[in-house]
Amino acid sequence: MEFLTAHGPALLFYLFAAMALGSAVLVVTMRNPMYGALSLLVSFLSVAVLFFLRNAEFVAVVQIFVYGGGIMVLFLFVIMLINLHRLHEVRMFAQSAPLGILVGVLLVALFVFSFVGVGFGPALATPENMVSVEGQAAGNSEAVAWLLYRQYLLPFEVASVFLLVAMVGAVILGRRN
Amino acid sequence: MSIPVSVPIQWYFLLAGALFVIGALGALSRRNGITIFLSIELMLNSVNLLIVAYARVVGERTGDLLTALNGQILVLFVLAVAAAEAAVGLALFIAIFRGRRTIDVNRLNLMRW
Repeated sequence: MEFLTAHGPALLFYLFAAMALGSAVLVVTMRNPMYGALSLLVSFLSVAVLFFLRNAEFVAVVQIFVYGGGIMVLFLFVIMLINLHRLHEVRMFAQSAPLGILVGVLLVALFVFSFVGVGFGPALATPENMVSVEGQAAGNSEAVAWLLYRQYLLPFEVASVFLLVAMVGAVILGRRN
Repeated sequence: MSIPVSVPIQWYFLLAGALFVIGALGALSRRNGITIFLSIELMLNSVNLLIVAYARVVGERTGDLLTALNGQILVLFVLAVAAAEAAVGLALFIAIFRGRRTIDVNRLNLMRW
């Protein structure tokens, strides 16, 4: 029990990081996009747990709702609409795949170069007062809402109009003419 | 209640980088249009993870408590853009499939020089 309280967050991180990575590899390597979409769902849920571990509870729940609920249902319906019965006859990878692998290797080199050895100073704030608003302690959702509806009100409204435009565009594009 | 950080922050960076590279490989090398879309969603999600982790650690180190929350709000906007992109993109694929009976991106070469 003591071991769990001391190392619980680290163990959770390793477990769900491994799950996110493994299911991400499955997304790319699965021939059937249906299995790929379900692996992507596992990856999204694992990343939501990692959000929880970073004290971003509201973002984690929104991730589960929007990605795990909305976007994933959209993907699954579209995959079912599109006829994939000749899937086993086509090649999985494009002719430009070696170029893609080259870009991937360059990205790995870039990330390792920029992330390994990054140093940060000592922590000045404790996680407890990361969720306080104007000196008052608040939950993460409260704090996010406080910022979103005051400082970021205009971007919030723009985002809602943007979503409406996207919805109308999707309806028009998907319409049978 | 808040969860203590016990993993070095660089691990979050490397995990986000690894997810991004896997997504980029899928988006650049697969032929199935839907799988390319799934890979792009994977890349967007990895960037979200990086933003949350980085905003939190910068907020802690500078003592500016709102930094972490600003990062989380940025993630919410990225989520909105991802949702719109998925809706429009999948509608596009349905329209393409109606006309061409395929979503193999190698055969969608009408606009190729």
